[in-house]
Amino acid sequence: MDKKNPTLLSMVLVLLGIALVCSAGVAAVYNATKPVIDNARQTKKVKTVSKVLPQFDNSPIDEAFTIVSADNDSLLCYPAKSNGETVGYAVSSFSNKGYGGKIEVLVGFLPDGTIFNTEVVSLNETPGLGDKCQKSKSNWAERFNGKNPESYKLAVTKDGGDVDAITAATITSRAYTGAVELAYKTFMGYIKGAKPEAVSGATQQAEPQN
Amino acid sequence: MSKFQIFSKGILKENPALVLILGMCPTLGVTTSAINGLGMGVATMFVVVLSNIIISLIKNIIPNNVHIPAYIVVIASLVTILQLVMEAYVPALYDSLGLFIPLIVVNCLVLGRAEAFANKNNAIDSALDGLGMGLGFTLALTVLGAAREMLGSGSIFGLKFIEGDGIIGFVLAPGAFLVLGLLIAGANLLSKKIYKKEE
Repeated sequence: MDKKNPTLLSMVLVLLGIALVCSAGVAAVYNATKPVIDNARQTKKVKTVSKVLPQFDNSPIDEAFTIVSADNDSLLCYPAKSNGETVGYAVSSFSNKGYGGKIEVLVGFLPDGTIFNTEVVSLNETPGLGDKCQKSKSNWAERFNGKNPESYKLAVTKDGGDVDAITAATITSRAYTGAVELAYKTFMGYIKGAKPEAVSGATQQAEPQN
Repeated sequence: MSKFQIFSKGILKENPALVLILGMCPTLGVTTSAINGLGMGVATMFVVVLSNIIISLIKNIIPNNVHIPAYIVVIASLVTILQLVMEAYVPALYDSLGLFIPLIVVNCLVLGRAEAFANKNNAIDSALDGLGMGLGFTLALTVLGAAREMLGSGSIFGLKFIEGDGIIGFVLAPGAFLVLGLLIAGANLLSKKIYKKEE
């Protein structure tokens, strides 16, 4: 083949050949790693869900259902049961108002609406400042534990709420608190709109509440 | 050039991050901690070694007009493979490097070595070149990450040695530029001392 003055056909054939071989390689690796990746993701999910809920003996992931919130977002909700009795719910919430965009938070509630625990699922906040909302970086997020938003206003103190913001990271604190609030409102809408005993893995929609 | 020189030039004399100033995006972006720098360096080394080997093997069948697209396809496939493997086996590191893994595709270090070295040399020399360059890149990123982590968070490889916060500026972008500038100056000084006799 003439390297300097190739024909159109030879260029097309060479590129086609390289693309085919490369995609075959990627496809092979994708198939080989897929079960491992799925497994790792599932383990991570189960671990996060268990962190924000009291002791349970069912499988919240398999019984997850979606709730539609007041502003038409649908949030995933994982029910936790112990001996057939519902002991809590984990609501997967988010806020788009973080300093680095979206913050995803999993919020665990007791059936009466008290926050049991919260856990960051994903975030992109500034290292050393905003990322302190993660449990591994500081104990800031523990302030939500055991609080019932009925008597604990979910807003940072600057906005007239009861949540002390992280020093130098008000925006992150606001977003995190907002995500918890969204979870709470959606969850309460669901609890008030649906009979608690009717919870059984089926997808249910709550009446929008204001 | 001896085999050893091909390998060792990437570590100091032609260090990609500190002398050639290639691949600045991950260099400045991910090095908020030593472990991130190390992880990114090793990931890039993996890609540059394999892409150098593959490109030096296929260089003779690729017409000149299409060599860049051909190289990019090879590099992008290697990066995708790396991404899948990392997500499967080191999910924690994968999470912390995030977007920077797919960005290895456009790291000019990889394409730069393909263009400047692999398409003129045989597979063994290209592998050595990739290994040396990758090692130099890893060293630079790890030192940069370690310095920023020590000053900015008071820890090294995640081990806290000072309680409380460090100088937050070193974890943020300005700190990356400051430390990188000092490292480049240091590398210049060192290579002047070492290579003075040769020149």
